[in-house]
Amino acid sequence: MKFDTDTYREILDALMRNKRRSFLTGFGIFWGLFMLLFLIGGGNGLKQLLEKNFEGFATNTVIIAANETTKPYKGFKEGRSWNLQYKDIERLKAMVPELEVVTPLLPEWGRTATRDEHNASCSVKGVEADYVKVQAPTMKFGRYLNQVDVMHKRKVCVIGERVWKTLFPDGDDPCGQYICVGGIYYQVIGVDVCTSNINLWGNSADEVTIPFTVMSDIMNSGDKVGVICTVGGPGVNMNELEGRIRQVIARQHYIAPDDKEAMRLLNMEVMFSIIDNLFRGINFLIWLVGIGTLLAGAIGVSNIMLVVVRERTVEIGIRRAIGATPRDILTQIILEGIVLTTVAGMSGIVFSVLLLNLFEVITKHQAVFQIQFGTAVAALLLLMLLGLLAGIAPAYRAMHIKPVDAMRDE
Amino acid sequence: MLIDLHNIHKTYNNGQPLHVLKGIDLGIGEGEFVSIMGASGSGKSTLLNILGILDNYDEGEYWLDGKLIKNLSEKEAAHYRNRMIGFVFQSFNLINFKTAVENVELPLYYQGVSRKKRNELAMHFLEHFGLADWAMHYPNELSGGQKQRVAIARALITNPRILLADEPTGALDSKTSVEVMDLLTELNRTEKVTIIVVTHESGVANCTDKIIHIKDGIIGETTLNEQHKASIFGTTTIMK
Repeated sequence: MKFDTDTYREILDALMRNKRRSFLTGFGIFWGLFMLLFLIGGGNGLKQLLEKNFEGFATNTVIIAANETTKPYKGFKEGRSWNLQYKDIERLKAMVPELEVVTPLLPEWGRTATRDEHNASCSVKGVEADYVKVQAPTMKFGRYLNQVDVMHKRKVCVIGERVWKTLFPDGDDPCGQYICVGGIYYQVIGVDVCTSNINLWGNSADEVTIPFTVMSDIMNSGDKVGVICTVGGPGVNMNELEGRIRQVIARQHYIAPDDKEAMRLLNMEVMFSIIDNLFRGINFLIWLVGIGTLLAGAIGVSNIMLVVVRERTVEIGIRRAIGATPRDILTQIILEGIVLTTVAGMSGIVFSVLLLNLFEVITKHQAVFQIQFGTAVAALLLLMLLGLLAGIAPAYRAMHIKPVDAMRDE
Repeated sequence: MLIDLHNIHKTYNNGQPLHVLKGIDLGIGEGEFVSIMGASGSGKSTLLNILGILDNYDEGEYWLDGKLIKNLSEKEAAHYRNRMIGFVFQSFNLINFKTAVENVELPLYYQGVSRKKRNELAMHFLEHFGLADWAMHYPNELSGGQKQRVAIARALITNPRILLADEPTGALDSKTSVEVMDLLTELNRTEKVTIIVVTHESGVANCTDKIIHIKDGIIGETTLNEQHKASIFGTTTIMK
C-alpha cells in the first residue's frame, strides 16, 4: 500500500467532491459515537449528582432505635416502651468487636436559635466526637466537637448552614460568638455546610450540634440514649452483624428474641447497595445502547459503501482500464472508509464533548459530566477498527470490478 | 509487427455459449492508422477488449511489442494497460468529479509520478490540444468534442505504444466527429502514434489508412485506404 500524501489527496478529493454521499455515509458513525460518549458522560454526571446526596455518610452504617415491644416476654406485657441506655454502647463495643464506631445520638426537634434580633428554627442534636465517622462534616469555619468538649460539658455548638446564614446575615465567621437555644447560650465553634441529603433527624442545614453530655443534662434524660449509630470496620458485612447487635441489646432489655418490631435497625448498606445496583444497571444499558448504536452506524457505513461502489462501477472501471491494479482500488476504498469514519467519529467526539461541557455549565459544575481523555482515545481506536471492518466488504466488491464493466455500464 | 494476433478464439459462456471470435489473424505495424469495421455483433468490440488487455482470450496467441499477452495476472495486465495502451471510449469515460487536468494526469498517478510533475505534463498535453483554458473545468462543463480531446490527452499522457479508440465519434455530431478524426490523423502523422479505431461508420473508417473488415468473428477483406476515397463523411452513408 502506498501511504504517501498523494494517496490521501486522492482520497480526500474523492470524498470532498461527493459531499452529500460522504456526509450520508459518515452520519451513522457520527451519531453512534456521539450517543455512546454522551451517554457515558451523562450517566457519570448523573451518578455524581446523586452521590452528592450521600456525601460524607458512611455507607456501612446501622442505626438502632427503640420502639414499643409487640410480644410478652419474661413476665413483661406487650406494648411496653423501653429506652436504649448509654451502657448499651459499651456492651456493643465489647460483644461485637467488628464494629468500628458505636456512638450515641440524642436529638430534639422544634427548637429556636436566637442571636440578637435574629432567630432561626432548628433541631438540636447531642453527639460525641466520633460521630464524624458516621457522617463526615464539611467545615466552612472553625472545628467540629471534640472529646474534651464532651468530657467537660462545654456549652459549645456547631451550626448548620441555614442557621448560620439566618443568625449571621453578614456571612461573617461566627466562631466565638454566642447563640441562644432554649434559654441556654452556646459558643459557636464551627459551621458545617455538608450538602448531604441523608439526614438523621432533620436537615443538617437546620441543625445545632452540641456535646452529647450537655444535651443529656438539658433533657434530664439520665443514661437514656435516643439512637445508637454503629459503623462496621472495613470489609465488614453489616447484614451479618444485625442479628448479633439485636441479640446483645434484646437480652439486656428483656425483649423477646423474635420481636423485630421492638427494635428498629436501619441498615444504610442496603440502601446504598440498591443505588449501586441501579447505577450498575444504568451503566450496562448505556454501554449496550451506545455500542449498539455505534455498530448500527458501522453496518450502515458498510451498506452505503456497498451501494456507492455499485454506483462508482464506471469510475472504478475507468481507473482499472488506465492502469490501476486491483490492489490500488482495494487500498483506495478501504482508506476512504477509514478516513470517513475517523473524520465523522472525531466530529462525534467533539460534539459530545461540547454538549457535555454545556451540561456542566448548566448544572453549575456540581458534577463532572465530561468523558475522560482515555475514553475518547479508546473510542477513536474502536472507531478506526470499525471503519476498517466496514470498508472490507465494499472494497472486495470494488476490487472485482473489471475494466470492461466501465464500458458495459453506460 | 507491433501487434500480432494468431488464431484468436473467444467464447462467452453466459448461459448459451457464444463463439464470438473464430480464429483472428491480424498484424498491425508501428505507426499504422487502422480502423476495424463491422456490424454490431460482429465481434469487433471483443477484439478491441482483447487488444486492450481488458479481456482474456481462449485460444491463440497475442504478441504486443514482442511480449506474449496471455494468462496475465490482474496486476501485470494493469501494468501493461498503463504503460503500453491508451484508451479512448465512445462515452468519453472521464471521471466526473475530477477536473480536465486531473483526469488527464490520472494514469500517471498509478505510475507513482509526483503530483507536481504529472500536473505539468498534463497541462502541457492540454495546451497542445488547445484546452489550456478548460483545464480546471469539470467534464460536465465541457462540450462533447472537448471531452473527447481530454480523453485523448489522457490516453496519450503515458506515451503508450498503441492508442485504442472504441467508436470515438459515436457520441459526437458530424462536425466534431471530423475534428476528432482530424486530431487522430494529425497525431498519427506528426507523433507517429499507432492508432486502432473500432467503428461501424464508414466515414470514420475512411479517415484511416487501412480498413479491416470483421464479420461473424473472422477477418474479412482488408482495404488499403491511403487515398481516403473509401467513403467520405456524410456522402455515401447516412450519418447522424
